[in-house]
Amino acid sequence: MNKKTMAALAVLWLWGGAMSAAFGEGLVSERGNLALDEEAPAAEAKQYAKDGDVIPRDYVQQPPLIPHKTEGYIISTKSNKCLSCHSWANAKASLATKISQTHFEDRDKNVLANVSARRYFCTQCHVPQVNAPPLVENTFKPITAISGQ
Amino acid sequence: MSDTGNQGGLIVRIWRALRRPSVSLSLGTLLVGGFIAGIVFWGGFNTAMEATNQESFCISCHEMEENVYQEYKNTVHYSNRTGVRATCPDCHVPKEWTHKMVRKIQASNELYHKALGSIDTPEKFEAKRLELAKHVWASMKRTDSRECRNCHDYESMDFSFQGRRAVAQHSEGLTHGKTCIDCHKGIAHSLPAMYDVDPTSVVGNQGKTSADQPSESPPPEAATPAK
Repeated sequence: MNKKTMAALAVLWLWGGAMSAAFGEGLVSERGNLALDEEAPAAEAKQYAKDGDVIPRDYVQQPPLIPHKTEGYIISTKSNKCLSCHSWANAKASLATKISQTHFEDRDKNVLANVSARRYFCTQCHVPQVNAPPLVENTFKPITAISGQ
Repeated sequence: MSDTGNQGGLIVRIWRALRRPSVSLSLGTLLVGGFIAGIVFWGGFNTAMEATNQESFCISCHEMEENVYQEYKNTVHYSNRTGVRATCPDCHVPKEWTHKMVRKIQASNELYHKALGSIDTPEKFEAKRLELAKHVWASMKRTDSRECRNCHDYESMDFSFQGRRAVAQHSEGLTHGKTCIDCHKGIAHSLPAMYDVDPTSVVGNQGKTSADQPSESPPPEAATPAK
């Protein structure tokens, strides 16, 4: 065994020890400290926020958040419940925000006659809000251009 | 006309027997017998009709059980916080007797198509979904969503407990002659492809996708396919 192999093995051993110390104690998996055949009780279902005002954006490119419940709203290739209010044709009658014109472009910037397939599945970017506390602390603050401060 | 009785066909003889006054039975016997027979026949009729007015009857056909019933099981009318359910006949069969009779007679057409096998595979059902849905929408529109209103009574609906989108839509829509089904389509079953109904709420601009109905070829479009 040459010196290089010895050194590599030593590094590997130290790293392995450090990792097992990090993961072995103090950390609990999302399932809790349960054996493989045990099942954790279901997490409490989060309540969607009631219909509210438009939620301010935190950065310029942020997809607007959904300020209302969307339970039971189906988006499939046959129909899109969101667009039944938010399409340009329906937005005025339903007092809804209409989708951005960027949603009519395909990836080559061709403008289409109807909403583009890549922008069709609303909840890929736009999400409703629940009463969940943030998972981690966050000190992010919007820039002056958005917050005005 | 002779009264020999043995002449003529069976129907004629029965008719003659019915027209002749009873000679051996008392009027009381006839009245009580007729009364009891009436109860039995009417009760039997009603029992048979109510038996066809149960969810278990509706989903005894695989056409209903495998398609619309499975979709409905994911909706609020099947599973919800308080456990109050609307079963198939609550929405699809009128409560009032005359309307119920009319609907039950119309249902013979459904038996005919059951025999024909018009929708006996999921593919056939899907191909007809728009047509079938339009029938239901049209009848709900015609009756001012009568079956919805058996539970969702407009008079008892307190807007102040509704979300503000609902308040805005209900006070605008319902006071201007709109009815439940105008907005609340697809709340209990999957929607058909909505190109015909609201093309702006479906992806693509060809009216129909190739996967949708292979038998109908969509009109050629100059625009780039939205894929």
